[in-house]
Amino acid sequence: MSEDMPDQDEAQPIETQTLPLDAWHRAHGGRMVPFAGYHMPVQFEGIMAEHLWTRERAGLFDVSHMGQVLLTGADVAGPLEQLLPGDLHGLKTDRMRYSLLLAEDGGILDDLMITRLASTAPFGMEDEGGEAFYMVVNGAVKYEDISFLREHLPDEVTINHLEDHALLALQGPGAGDALAQLLSGTDALYFMQAGGFDWDGVPLWISRSGYTGEDGFEISLPAADAERFATALVALDAVKPVGLGARDSLRLEAGLPLYGHDLTEQTTPMAGGLGFALSKRRREEGGFHGHERVLGEHRDGPVTQRVGLLIDGRQPVREGAEVVDEGGQAIGRITSGGHAPSLGQPIAMATVPAAFAAIGHRIHIRQRGKDFTGTVAAMPFVQQRYRRASKGS
Amino acid sequence: MKRYFTEDHEWIAVEGDEGTVGITDYAQEQLGDVVFVEVPDSGAMLKKGNDAAVVESVKAASDVYAPVSCEVLEGNDALGDEPGLVNSDPEGEGWFFKLRLEDKDELAELMDEAAYKEYVASL
Repeated sequence: MSEDMPDQDEAQPIETQTLPLDAWHRAHGGRMVPFAGYHMPVQFEGIMAEHLWTRERAGLFDVSHMGQVLLTGADVAGPLEQLLPGDLHGLKTDRMRYSLLLAEDGGILDDLMITRLASTAPFGMEDEGGEAFYMVVNGAVKYEDISFLREHLPDEVTINHLEDHALLALQGPGAGDALAQLLSGTDALYFMQAGGFDWDGVPLWISRSGYTGEDGFEISLPAADAERFATALVALDAVKPVGLGARDSLRLEAGLPLYGHDLTEQTTPMAGGLGFALSKRRREEGGFHGHERVLGEHRDGPVTQRVGLLIDGRQPVREGAEVVDEGGQAIGRITSGGHAPSLGQPIAMATVPAAFAAIGHRIHIRQRGKDFTGTVAAMPFVQQRYRRASKGS
Repeated sequence: MKRYFTEDHEWIAVEGDEGTVGITDYAQEQLGDVVFVEVPDSGAMLKKGNDAAVVESVKAASDVYAPVSCEVLEGNDALGDEPGLVNSDPEGEGWFFKLRLEDKDELAELMDEAAYKEYVASL
């Protein structure tokens, strides 16, 4: 028997780095694999059990490989809006937004979360007044992102890579109650809101967000305190550590794209199905990288589109399988795929020509010489259960 | 009945000139939750080392090879509805296929249980 599809990124840097919770993961039975240049736990007790636990209770994920970046200066939103199509001027303090780092041609260099801060004090930085934003970017491209920001932002914007901070995600319907057992005040946060907290003298930056489709939090804290805090979390009945394997199946069910797989530099925001990331004012005013192309596609539709697929039968199709037309010609590609534990069937994301992207369209796929069929389906595949603020609050 | 093992973590239990093939407990542990198994059709003729079956876990697809040259007598249909048998009983109910050996001498190239245990311990 041989595994012929790697469960990790193919391109490994020369030396795989360790993260602050490395020893903690090993002590908790994590099976470590190289991912995005780091040793990461792919699973603890098993991907299926961890996936279902997260959907029912609460999973603790270590996402410290991701890039945490502070941007400060007298005017940050202005120059940053040239690189991102989101409304940053209109972003309120302690509110966050999903956005995209765009190359000059409008291709997606990364997808990210950005929060406007009142001050950088929660991250242990001396506050210098002016504007401050906190950005979380993908681990696999964080150094490229930071170089791109340095190159394209004026010198007056200070870029701080928070390499001494860990990032944990607590996700699932039990996450709110669990965190409230350790801290007071986190219940006041709704989806896409954030704030500073204190746990036993440790400064925490907590947002109500995540990438599983469930309610939950992302928690940034000094790396030196990460073990102690993770231990306090998993001591709670509802919380178990969860690995990268379940993180991938959870985000796939939630219809959330993974950069480097479902989105690349060749993907435009509309092709990526991310039209919602083009804020209204930005659509009207433009003024961001690739805006002519991006807004043209917003008006006329993209050439290709990211779609969700329900795959017939039980055998999963994986990244790299070809989408073919009736005549067997390759017309697209599976960008993510696997078994969906909450649905009990295989699902996938694919890039297909726009003419094939309508919900209900039948799709033919070829993988390792074998033919598969599927149907374009609405995403998310599994209902998202974010804790949203009611309108007007 | 004697059981032999391959370095690719297949087992074969042999009785006379017939055998039953599956993957080992070590292999299922490495794979994780099995969600799909494709077994060979009866009548298929396989050379030692040929692709014989496919097993897919939540995280990856893997090939299962024919441990010996053989004619396939029967695939385990139960795995179609219940692929998790490969996890719960890999060396029993989770068998993949039954076969007729073409050349019993090929068994000499496989490991016995003690040698396989030692091999796994060395990984």
